[in-house]
Amino acid sequence: MNSAVSFFYFLSFLTVLSAVMVVVSRNPIHSVLYLILTFFTLSGHYILLNAQFLAAVNIIVYAGAIMVLFLFVIMFLNMKQDNEESKTNLTKVAATIVGGTLFVILFGAYRKSVIPELDPQQFDSQIGMIENLGHLLFRDYLLPFELVSILLLVAMVGAVMLGKREIGERHF
Amino acid sequence: MDLTEFLIKTATIFVVFVLTLVIAMYSTWGERKVAGFIQDRMGPNRAGPGGLLQPLADAGKMFFKEDFIPALANKWLFIAGPSLAMLTALLASAVIPFGSTFRINGHEVALQGVESNIGILYVFGVVALGVYGIMVGGWASNNKFSLLGAIRAASQNISYEVAMGLSLIAILMMSSSLSLGEIVAQQHGGNWNIFYQPLGFIIFITCSFAECNRVPFDLPECETELVGGYHTEYGSMKLGFYLFAEYINMFISSAIISVLYFGGYNYPGMDWVYTQLTQAFGTETGHNAATLIGTAVFFGKALFFIFFYMWVRWTIPRFRYDQLMNLGWKKLIPLAIFNIIITGAAVLFLKPMITAWLN
Amino acid sequence: MERAYLPAIATGLAITIKHFFAKKVTIEYPEVKRYLGPVFRGRHILKRDEDGRERCTACGLCAVACPAEAIQIVAAEREKGEEKLYREEKYAAVYEVNMLRCIFCGLCEESCPKQAVYLRHDEFVPVFAERDQVIWGKDRLVEDMNNRYTREAWTKEEARALDLKRANGEATNVVPRAIP
Repeated sequence: MNSAVSFFYFLSFLTVLSAVMVVVSRNPIHSVLYLILTFFTLSGHYILLNAQFLAAVNIIVYAGAIMVLFLFVIMFLNMKQDNEESKTNLTKVAATIVGGTLFVILFGAYRKSVIPELDPQQFDSQIGMIENLGHLLFRDYLLPFELVSILLLVAMVGAVMLGKREIGERHF
Repeated sequence: MDLTEFLIKTATIFVVFVLTLVIAMYSTWGERKVAGFIQDRMGPNRAGPGGLLQPLADAGKMFFKEDFIPALANKWLFIAGPSLAMLTALLASAVIPFGSTFRINGHEVALQGVESNIGILYVFGVVALGVYGIMVGGWASNNKFSLLGAIRAASQNISYEVAMGLSLIAILMMSSSLSLGEIVAQQHGGNWNIFYQPLGFIIFITCSFAECNRVPFDLPECETELVGGYHTEYGSMKLGFYLFAEYINMFISSAIISVLYFGGYNYPGMDWVYTQLTQAFGTETGHNAATLIGTAVFFGKALFFIFFYMWVRWTIPRFRYDQLMNLGWKKLIPLAIFNIIITGAAVLFLKPMITAWLN
Repeated sequence: MERAYLPAIATGLAITIKHFFAKKVTIEYPEVKRYLGPVFRGRHILKRDEDGRERCTACGLCAVACPAEAIQIVAAEREKGEEKLYREEKYAAVYEVNMLRCIFCGLCEESCPKQAVYLRHDEFVPVFAERDQVIWGKDRLVEDMNNRYTREAWTKEEARALDLKRANGEATNVVPRAIP
């Protein structure tokens, strides 16, 4: 086993472990921190795949911004009292069914998936580099790219509208 | 990667690491000196000549204090807070190009930890993580003031990261590369980005003040409102790490500013000096000497910006919280977007016109 | 205009950088000592006269006048052959000042009929670390003849006259003298 493969297995072990810890931890803050660790290990996978841009963007967007907001919101919550409502039998059963269904779907998808063989003729190690990614995005997929940007713009305008003070409303 | 290359890289990274620590250490001394001088005082001058041993004395004091953890604090996260702050602060120095190359027996050794094609994105990502140390530490202290400081730090960093990223995009549009080494190389010959991006520079430096939690944006540790902010409960070397991380961040951001806007290791008359040195000492020694001069110039620029940080700290009072948010969201972000539009138009229309006119 | 921030900030920065290069007002204390004035009340001294005899006659007025009861005196009679040492027929065998009690009010100096005890205007009581360094006996209080304590004016009237002259800008070439 060469070093890249053993590193891959180590990273995968860490990823799965921290992902399990997200679910298992009782303290929501710990959950969020484990989730951040999961994102880091995922970025490690991207770097192993020579997709450095994706790795950096994953860290900036998810670990750097979204998870900070998660942590931000959870810190405001009072976690001292356990919420009894979330522990009724009904919710437990519902959670089991939803989780089990997801697992079945994922397992089915995994069984049907075919791992393509490595073709040295077509293999391009530079495919994940930022220049190639840029060419792909702005040449082959220009229209979807622009549509996504419009979608984001609409979402942004919506957020501004929601955050706007209405006439006569006072916050403090 | 063969062994020599690996060893050289390890040595470079070690040197960069030590250099960052030493500069951060002496920034604490410099801060107190600058504060003293600006307030017509002398600053520390008892430990060693001119107080030069003051950082060592401070470190000794910090280490020998009791390492106290509050009873109701979350013990692991309480320790993880300062560690994370230190870790993220130190990570960023890996990609900064401190100079061009050294030639040793035909080997070209770049004065840069890692030459990465996503250099600036890497720095940006690491800086974005810097807030975790503060948030985790502030939450784990189990103290309302610490929590408020942590929350302020989080919202401030997220707000100013947006404007910072947008002002960076204008630079990237001009350089069309994310690699810091490439960006520096393009500014060769007095072609510094500051002349093309004055507005972007002002936005960037304001945002880096906010990202480093420096005055006038030091609301997370605002003494008058929050006792000590996120490090209220910290003492001993854990507090020392928090303060130290701030100074490392200051050095990193000063270095990044000089790389992005002030040409890094480039200086006027560089080519002339290079030819003189290579003629005088031969290609190898002359090249190395020229590189050393460039590195000294780079550090001069970075140290000037560290001084600028301190200068501003002892000049401007702290913003109020709503002023901070208004400045970030309502002024800097629209300005940055305007800057992007102007830059885009200039790159598309003005640049071909000027090049056509010049030829 | 003020909402643009930057011009105001630049003005502020200009002011602070001016101070950065300005002359510092600090007096670096242990190396440089500031003149505290002619009537500063520092540590005590027991004066000798021009022949080197102790002036104190152990009348105890200073101990009575002291509001903090810091002075303790044990009197003794002068023996034959001690005329070179003590000016009066009675002298202080023990003269102790408790420097922790003393409030440096100067009442001992004013009450002394023999002009023997004075508070120096040029020296403090130094910092001490041990309790037995606090009570000063005659060994530390009595004036050293090789290094006499000199003053420009020994009485209030003299000091005031000198001040007046200086305030009027008249030339005063007063030489500090050791004998009151």
